[in-house]
Amino acid sequence: MQALDRLFISIGRAFNSFLSQFLPPTAVTVIGMFLSAIIISTFAALVFMFLTWLERKFVGRMQDRIGPNRVGPFGLLQPIADAIKMFTKELITPEGAHKVAYNLAPILAVAPVMMFFAVIPFGRDMVAADLDVGVLYLVALSSATEVAILMAGWASRNKFALLGAMRAVAQMLSYEVPLVLILLALVLMAGSMQLTELVAAQGVPFALLQPVAFLIFIVAAAAELNRTPFDIPEAESELVAGYHTEYGGMKFGLFMMAEFIAAFGMACLVTTVFLGGWRPWIIPLPSWLWFLIKAFAVLFVFIWFRGTFPRLRIDQLQAFCWKFLVPVTLLNVIVTGVVVTFFPIVRDGQIVVQGAGGWAVTTVVYFATSVVFGLIIAWLYRRPTQQALRQIEVGRPAARGLSQEVQAA
Amino acid sequence: MTAEQFVFVVAALITLGSAVGMVTSRSVFVGALWMIAVFGGVAALFILVGAGFLGIVQILIYIGAIAVLILFAIMLTPRVMGDPNAPRYNRQWPLVAVMTTGLAAVLTVLVLRTDWPLAQEGTPVITGFAVELGKGFMTTYILPFEVASVLLLVALIGAIVIAREE
Amino acid sequence: MPSVPLSWYLIVAALLFSIGAYGALSRRNAIGILMGIELMLNAVNINLVAFWRYVEVEGLAGQMFAIIAITVAAAEAAVALALILAIYRTRDTVNVEEIDLLKW
Repeated sequence: MQALDRLFISIGRAFNSFLSQFLPPTAVTVIGMFLSAIIISTFAALVFMFLTWLERKFVGRMQDRIGPNRVGPFGLLQPIADAIKMFTKELITPEGAHKVAYNLAPILAVAPVMMFFAVIPFGRDMVAADLDVGVLYLVALSSATEVAILMAGWASRNKFALLGAMRAVAQMLSYEVPLVLILLALVLMAGSMQLTELVAAQGVPFALLQPVAFLIFIVAAAAELNRTPFDIPEAESELVAGYHTEYGGMKFGLFMMAEFIAAFGMACLVTTVFLGGWRPWIIPLPSWLWFLIKAFAVLFVFIWFRGTFPRLRIDQLQAFCWKFLVPVTLLNVIVTGVVVTFFPIVRDGQIVVQGAGGWAVTTVVYFATSVVFGLIIAWLYRRPTQQALRQIEVGRPAARGLSQEVQAA
Repeated sequence: MTAEQFVFVVAALITLGSAVGMVTSRSVFVGALWMIAVFGGVAALFILVGAGFLGIVQILIYIGAIAVLILFAIMLTPRVMGDPNAPRYNRQWPLVAVMTTGLAAVLTVLVLRTDWPLAQEGTPVITGFAVELGKGFMTTYILPFEVASVLLLVALIGAIVIAREE
Repeated sequence: MPSVPLSWYLIVAALLFSIGAYGALSRRNAIGILMGIELMLNAVNINLVAFWRYVEVEGLAGQMFAIIAITVAAAEAAVALALILAIYRTRDTVNVEEIDLLKW
């Protein structure tokens, strides 16, 4: 069990000591850094391939279809077939496109999401670079992706691509605000922006201490990732394919890759800050296995969203963010700050909650506060919620207008 | 040349080269892309000098917010931006070029001739900036912090009021 | 003390400032001018951080004021771009030579 838990660390150690027989220590460090970067990005690419299969299979089942089942057992080799197809396609640069920006954009889209995994603790002591500002680093990276999207949209010289890029970035910018505000509340609780410290502070997963924030975070994360029901930037019926309309072959594949790996990165972030990271729950499995189980459970929720919800309209989306999520998460920071003052979890880097009884009290206090907060918010927002529900029942205004026209005719 | 000097030279060349690319590019959009490279180079300089926190803040705010805002504004004013033949400079640009070159020369000479009061060798460097800066903003530097936050709020409201369509 | 001398940072900052000033003074496009100003602010930040590291390393003032300068730059960009969009909407141009209503 212990050996299995430390499997990857032992492999790394053994490799390091093997190398240091021939090479000076500096070279070993540099090689080690390069190798861990390569291993992490390869792992991310493998997860991407697996995810494309998983998503198609799950959504297929939800829609009463079978999904890919031709290539390999259960269609498991489908991603490889797709990859071969992508790689063998001709690489086209449309006429009138700004060549450098057009070709640079897919690379710049993938690079930041790959860098995501440098700070994520995948298991006990399994983190490539344990930055003391890890949360800030992740936020900075996710905002750097937007530049690549704007580049792609502008360089394609296509109105659908331009519109799609502007919608995508407007959406990502807006939904970053509630995400950051929720992370701020969690940082207040853990007293650190270091992700390992955040995991260490979660004697009880923060999802239990902050259930309302957890739900909001999942919704805002889906929007930040441009996933259904928030996939307006790529609404096929309105915009062809959004900012990557003009891209084909592996250039398109890179955008797909950025999207899926960002989804996995977000799932890793949710796992780390809300679900206790690699900490095992009840069943003693290796810590990295627990991390992966939790991360894929979060991914399953994202895929489930896609199979279930219809797409929102762009004005509904922005109104939802700025009129609901931003004020609510801002209030959440204040409420959390007050609770943290009276019931601190971490003080000066030391966990101050003592024993099971202490954790029980802390959990009850935080949970109750969060639930009361959520109920007050629900009461404050009862009227807009009813309006929204009525709108869904009656149908969208455009559709209603159309049916009136049909009746008049 | 040590590794640190090498990294510095690379980062400085990227920064200055992209800055030249920015002011000379014909299209404003391409200029904005160059500007993002400048911001990245400056972030690298911050990290190199030992202010990692500030480097990440630089990426977050300059690339993630200011550059994206500027790219957005460029996309929202298409009729002007779309014209590639419009002259990029005003009439006074040769004069400005001479003056700014002179400014650069004067500053460089001044920098080289001044005897800077360097800190003692081996003065301890603070680590854990996030904590230290947070404490600083809440104690010694609370007035600039509050003024800056009020300024941000006013700018936010002002920007919304100005850009609003009637 | 790091192996890169202080003067290297200061020279880079001086050059960046001059290039930014050139962009701000010679561009016809208002957004181009704004970009030049952002470069100048960045150059100032390099100076602040370099002086912090080489002169005042036991204090925090250099980094503090760099952060405040970044805040001010963000506020400035937001207001300036809002102004540019408003002008574009009413006058259909962002060329500063054509925006001369207040000029004698």
